[in-house]
Amino acid sequence: MPVPTADDDALLRRVERFIYHEARLQDEHRYAEWEALWTDDGIYWVPANGDDIDPEQQMSIIYDNRSRIGVRIRQLLTGRRYTQEPRSRLRHLITNVEVTDHQAGTIHAACNVMVFESNLRGETIWAARTDYALREADGDLKMASKKVALVNNDKPLHTLSFLI
Amino acid sequence: MTPSARDLGHLIEADRVHGSLYSDTAIFEQELRKIWYRTWVYVGHESEIPNTGDFVMKSIGPQPIIMTRSSAGAVTLLLNRCPHRGNQVCTVPKGNARTFSCPYHNWTFANDGHLTAFAFPAGYSGQDMSKLGLGRVPRVASHRGFVFGSFAADGPSLAEHLGGAAETIDRLCDASPEGEIEITAGFLQHRVRANWKFVIENETDGYHPAFVHSSIFSVADSGIGSLYGQKSTALTRDYGNGHTEVDLRPEFRRLGRPLAWFGTTPERMAGYVARMNAARGEKKATEIMIDGAPHVMIFPNLFIAEIQIFVIQARAVDDTVQHVTALQLKGAADINRRLRQQTMGSVGPAGLLLADDSEMYERTQRGVQMRDPEWLFIGRGRHRERLDEHGYQVAHATDELPQRGIWRHYRALMEAA
Repeated sequence: MPVPTADDDALLRRVERFIYHEARLQDEHRYAEWEALWTDDGIYWVPANGDDIDPEQQMSIIYDNRSRIGVRIRQLLTGRRYTQEPRSRLRHLITNVEVTDHQAGTIHAACNVMVFESNLRGETIWAARTDYALREADGDLKMASKKVALVNNDKPLHTLSFLI
Repeated sequence: MTPSARDLGHLIEADRVHGSLYSDTAIFEQELRKIWYRTWVYVGHESEIPNTGDFVMKSIGPQPIIMTRSSAGAVTLLLNRCPHRGNQVCTVPKGNARTFSCPYHNWTFANDGHLTAFAFPAGYSGQDMSKLGLGRVPRVASHRGFVFGSFAADGPSLAEHLGGAAETIDRLCDASPEGEIEITAGFLQHRVRANWKFVIENETDGYHPAFVHSSIFSVADSGIGSLYGQKSTALTRDYGNGHTEVDLRPEFRRLGRPLAWFGTTPERMAGYVARMNAARGEKKATEIMIDGAPHVMIFPNLFIAEIQIFVIQARAVDDTVQHVTALQLKGAADINRRLRQQTMGSVGPAGLLLADDSEMYERTQRGVQMRDPEWLFIGRGRHRERLDEHGYQVAHATDELPQRGIWRHYRALMEAA
């Protein structure tokens, strides 16, 4: 493994700050601010039955293009998305953040995430590996893709209606 | 004390059912014996195992079932339990295999379940090993590729069980240019902490969409909402044997626009429309494309919801899994892509529709454990039930005719000897 340069460390810190910020917006149900993190061509993907399925051919738990991300957010904002009324109490715990690739204005990063959810049904723990493609946009980072590979995505899962 | 299975009249009345039917573990155990391990239960689709040796893990209630296409070509339903020490012989969700070997003592079974080899055979000298195969679901039958199994060696045939509801499966297959549907997109598995009957009753409950789904109707105008309004001409139907339908064709025929049922147009599905016209002739194809696919709940566990199927698995009194996937119409790539996209958006754990239904299932499950009132009221629309031209009972789209039909059949099964 090569010795990281100061630039590498600065990039990693920048990516970490972005991921922590995104997680806090999710935990606090700040839907509009979270939606603003996406590029116009963003893809939000939570695969089922494995991490490397072809989402164009096989069912995924979530496979939203930018338009459907918008529908998902607008539905949450109606106040009648009953599975989130009352909203889940949430905490995302993020670890193992790595920059996996960086070129042509796109940063690929990955992390491990554990989410503790408490809602009317009870308490649920979710665990996943998350891959990001982050793109420079006017001095900020935006999400061009986010893939959340749940550890148990091949098993029956309870409702997952918060932003993971 | 275990309630008597012989008479459920004290729990099931014409317009109300007792809450304990959803929460009593003793009743659930009786349901396993009287319903899940006796009547015809949907297991899988032949297109999931197209080749000899293909297998896929399925279930009948809490029992895991291996659905195989045996070397003789027949669909076989096997239980995943080695007859030696009870170990599981299959631990992967699907694949292709001529045999299943138990890792414990290396007993090996053909894909029709019979024992073909066992290790160190001298130790069994003189003993009859021929009956030591994997357990098999004794009766297997299919209709248009839909495979059902029954743990009862004798009983009504599948055709007798499906009765008039078989026509709804035919109607679905007619929507494919080749007259066949395929199940190829993999299943989402959505678990709810609720009794299975809350799930199946909801599938043909036309009363709830205007409320439970108002959030999505208000932000994505799919046209579904008006189908379930007070002025809707759509019907609920009771086919008997617990099979129920919301028949949306009156509304779609009133609109008279092909593919309006799927929220799209012939222009956007040109390939599909051309193949349908070529296969059926333009007049018949247009009728099919106006009518759309059915919305039918085949008792006890197959829900065909126009564009997807749900296979409902009862695992415990308050643990139910909805296995759901997009229907694929053989010979129609353009519409199949949309079927997958729309299904992914609406169903499963994060579905824009089903996550809210599932919330209702779990809240009602908690509700029936409260002490008062003890009963649930299912009397909506009793005054406007009537017979259709085929002699089936129908009522308004929002009426509880389907729920009454489900409970009538449930009672008959549970009270049978």
